[in-house]
Amino acid sequence: MTAPLAIQTETATTATAPPPAASQSAPGGRWPARLLWGIALAAFILLWQFGKPVADWAFKVPRDWRIPAQRWISDAMRWLLDEASFGLFTFTDLTRFIAGAIEAPYRFILGLLSTGILDGRGSSATQLLPPLSWIAVIGVAMLIGHYAGGRRLAALVGGCFAFLAVFGQWSAAMVTLASILIAVPIGILGGLLLGLAAFRWRPVEAALRPLLDLMQTVPVFAYLVPILFLFGFGPSSAIIATIVYALPPMTRISLLALRAVPEEAHELGRMTGCSKRQMTWRILVPSAMPGLMVGVNQVIMLSLNMVIIASMIGAGGLGFEVLAALRRLDIGAGFEAGLAIVALAIALDRLSQAFAARRPHHESAEERERSIAKRHPYLASGVALILISTLAGLVSAPLQAYPEALQISSGTIGSDIVGWINVHFFDQLEAVKNTLLLNVLIPFKRFLTGLPWIGVVGLLALAGFRLGGWRLALTAAALSALIALTGQWEKAMITVYLCGISVAIACLIGVPVGILAAGRERLWKAVELVIDTLQTLPSFVYLMPAVMLFRVGDFTAMIAVVAYAVAPAIRYTAYGLRRVDPHLIEAGIAAGATPWQLLTKVRLKLALPEILLGLNQTIMLALSMLVITALVGTRDLGQEVYIALTKADTGRGLVAGLAVAFIAIIADRLISAGAARLRVRLGLATAEEIR
Amino acid sequence: MWSPTGSTTIRTVGPPGSNSRFLADWLPPPCPLWRQPFFSFAFWRRSEFPRPVPRDDPIVQSSATTSPPLSPAATRAAPAKLECRGVWKLFGAGAERYSVRDPNATDSGKLAAAGLVGAVRDVNLAVRDGEIFVIMGLSGSGKSTLVRCLSRLVEPTAGEILFNGENLLAAGDKRMIEIRRHSMGMVFQHFALLPHLSVLGNVAFPLEVQGMARAAREDRAREMIELVGLGGREGFFPRELSGGQQQRVGIARSLAVEPELWFLDEPFSALDPLIRQEMQDEFMRLQSVLKKTIVFITHDFDEAIRLADRIAIMKDGAVVQLGTPEDLVMNPATDYVAEFTKNVTRAKVVRVASVMEAATAAGEGTPTIAATATVSQAAGLFSDGVSTVTVLGAHGQPAGRLTRDAVVNVLMLG
Ligand SMILES: Nc1ncnc2c1ncn2[C@@H]1O[C@H](COP(=O)(O)OP(=O)(O)OP(=O)(O)O)[C@@H](O)[C@H]1O
Ligand SMILES: [Mg+2]
Repeated sequence: MTAPLAIQTETATTATAPPPAASQSAPGGRWPARLLWGIALAAFILLWQFGKPVADWAFKVPRDWRIPAQRWISDAMRWLLDEASFGLFTFTDLTRFIAGAIEAPYRFILGLLSTGILDGRGSSATQLLPPLSWIAVIGVAMLIGHYAGGRRLAALVGGCFAFLAVFGQWSAAMVTLASILIAVPIGILGGLLLGLAAFRWRPVEAALRPLLDLMQTVPVFAYLVPILFLFGFGPSSAIIATIVYALPPMTRISLLALRAVPEEAHELGRMTGCSKRQMTWRILVPSAMPGLMVGVNQVIMLSLNMVIIASMIGAGGLGFEVLAALRRLDIGAGFEAGLAIVALAIALDRLSQAFAARRPHHESAEERERSIAKRHPYLASGVALILISTLAGLVSAPLQAYPEALQISSGTIGSDIVGWINVHFFDQLEAVKNTLLLNVLIPFKRFLTGLPWIGVVGLLALAGFRLGGWRLALTAAALSALIALTGQWEKAMITVYLCGISVAIACLIGVPVGILAAGRERLWKAVELVIDTLQTLPSFVYLMPAVMLFRVGDFTAMIAVVAYAVAPAIRYTAYGLRRVDPHLIEAGIAAGATPWQLLTKVRLKLALPEILLGLNQTIMLALSMLVITALVGTRDLGQEVYIALTKADTGRGLVAGLAVAFIAIIADRLISAGAARLRVRLGLATAEEIR
Repeated sequence: MWSPTGSTTIRTVGPPGSNSRFLADWLPPPCPLWRQPFFSFAFWRRSEFPRPVPRDDPIVQSSATTSPPLSPAATRAAPAKLECRGVWKLFGAGAERYSVRDPNATDSGKLAAAGLVGAVRDVNLAVRDGEIFVIMGLSGSGKSTLVRCLSRLVEPTAGEILFNGENLLAAGDKRMIEIRRHSMGMVFQHFALLPHLSVLGNVAFPLEVQGMARAAREDRAREMIELVGLGGREGFFPRELSGGQQQRVGIARSLAVEPELWFLDEPFSALDPLIRQEMQDEFMRLQSVLKKTIVFITHDFDEAIRLADRIAIMKDGAVVQLGTPEDLVMNPATDYVAEFTKNVTRAKVVRVASVMEAATAAGEGTPTIAATATVSQAAGLFSDGVSTVTVLGAHGQPAGRLTRDAVVNVLMLG
């Protein structure tokens, strides 16, 4: 569900084109590749082994080479806060105004759903109107479901909301729902408008591309501080952070969807004499709707992903419940709140999808003459439902708020299970942990942190050159050098180590599971359900059992990261295998291949580009999770970001956050280029298409 | 929604419960119909521009045009509705700066060397008022590009396009919008129906764009839907219609604005052969009522000779021959044209006028036939011992006679 960078890579069409000529070599193909790599590696090893006494600067960036980016950023922030002004009003006035503009509708919706419409602020506020009762909210949600998708959807949505009430998450869920209801429309509209602008004007697109990359890869924690400074602690900051996080995929998908509108539609618009505005809103946007809905789904999912982090800066709601449970190490409560977020996600997602697929209804002439209530049966019954249930709620309290006596909870079951495991398997767990730590994790960490930075930069540049040409080489070299020069090298290496180990383990688990599930329809359905849930569950939830079983440290972080990031490895492997052209498999069978040969020589080979994309996604998820595992005491960039957050140090946080983003971007670009080249080599696309 | 639907979908035509096929049950006009405003001359000419002064025809004359012009449109010698002179369209980087005026720089080799594709190369033609002008050619020969130049959907690299005498290429954005809104209609190969609108919404769309009030535009759209035989399906969505029905919607939509000039870019190519033939019949019927000026693109020569008053055959962006179907079949200018016409039954395109004897003394009591009829239509009259048939001119006056031998000669050509 979180698909940070997948979008760009998926633009490479996968149409089965005629196999390209064998001579389509990669950029730089004139060089004898092996030789080049051999020389580079030899030089690297020489430098690594014997370079320390001669060139210490290659291992540790000298002080006076450092770019004082942290100070620059902090100064810029201070200037923005204290001095920046538009003449009539200051920059802070503007940001506070925006915060207020977001807060007003939020308060209103919150009032409807949770607090009641209030007069005045704080504890002296008096309630003018009670909030909608739980019956009214569930009823209205079901009505909307029925309107958009019929009975089954109504039942599903009703079930999801009932889950919230029954498990005692109602009031927290309503707070979350209120902020989602504000953030999602702004995210969708903003993303669409940016997409339209990028579609219309090339320079806007060129400017947006790197910005979106950063927005998707800089960990949220890193920009929480500046947002807090600018917009103040409270729900509007949380909503703005959510929007920043959820908007990029919508922008990208809008652009793609708009590009995919067929030429004939443009011509239709011009032939019928559409003005520019009519062209956009009457032809382009409606024609792009199916694509745009994918973006809407992404915005909803990402907004819900943000719920917990948003609660750290004053959003409250379900996220706050998860965090509180995490502090108490109360697995049961954490999971229940987490599942409540999943329930909300499912309900909102299915509703939005149904609205997109809904066939608009054309009013016939006779319908137009009927009474308002008959013309708008849903609106009428909704209003009636709200009125009746509100009156009923005034009479009887259980009809207003879901009675506590009827709530159920998994109670301590979760903690009990973990406790039981601890009691009975403590030694075994400990042994596994220590073996892995001593034999794999620590040596690998030493190895990575001992590498000369200049050599790594060189190797990355070479890889970039081989895979994608000069531009990629420059990007890889520049970004990795920036990490070193801003003084983040060591922490970055620890990040790479944790991320690398976790991704390797996730692939070791995910690829075989994907292979197993790919061919078996029912198993695949089950696996899909599990990984969908894994990805919708807030990442924080994974921390709890890991901490309880293994206490704090790198190993715990790794377990949580693997649990969170295994889903794409499974998904893309299965997806790639299922997409292999059945004719090719038949050809393999006809040629007398054994099942094993069929798997390794045909299916896996052809699925390799997809699997690489899965690897890419796994890395992205692992990086985003690493920032969260900073809570259990790692020493990587995530920790740096987290410390900066607690110290409210804008510069420090952003610099570390950017370093994380650079790692993500380098990995993404290299892997995408590799996947694209593979596609060409396997004859799944032509070199022109890739470009 | 934009791709042609497969042939598996439902294909019933006309309102449910009736057997009507398209216009069949009400179009061969029973008299009262002519009194309806819709069919009156004034109705269709309402939004016309001042007529241009008839000018000399700059058509690339094919070798065949030495024979007397005989097609109905040609005999009327109507003024040119749309003219294009020396139109070029090059694709590729730097196409705008490439000089096509330099005769040494325009052969395909030179263009290719400059990295350009000559999609349309020096095309001159004039479409006369009220004729069906077919542009024919193989895939990639530049038909679509030419027609998009004519409607200025793509900007020609060089040349002039005159619509009712007005230079389209000099028209500003506003003027173009106005011309397209009121005087041009276009039917697209892949229908280009808007997936989110119903049939009614799609047909009313051009009027909605113009800002016409809802009731008025929907009335007008209903009329058009009825005209193309989709009455009763106003509330359907494009995805619920078969390919043929979708294209009827496309046709209805392009007619909704009462265009003077009607472009059809391979409108039936995405349909399967049976439906295609049916659509061609309905198209001819429509045209017999509407009498529009039509530019019709096809890559199917049979379709071209069925529909066309005149045909322009394109190859590699240039017009290689322009003439009536009969001209092309009987006197192909090049081997390329001959290749196209090879398999055409001559009797179906050769007109009686071309093979009749100019004798004024027609025998009393012999059967008669119009000069514009084809020889194959005339052949049936010779069944029982008749050896000569009287040929009638445009006003029903005797124009000559057709002998059995002349007909047999044509039939022997295959
Ligand atoms: N936008 C474009 N950019 C570059 N080349 C183009 C473009 N549009 C058309 N061409 C080229 O111009 C030539 C003519 O194309 P056009 O679409 O007009 O052919 P066509 O006769 O309509 O073919 P078809 O029957 O397949 O529709 C082709 O060689 C095509 O590759
Ligand atoms: Mg074409």
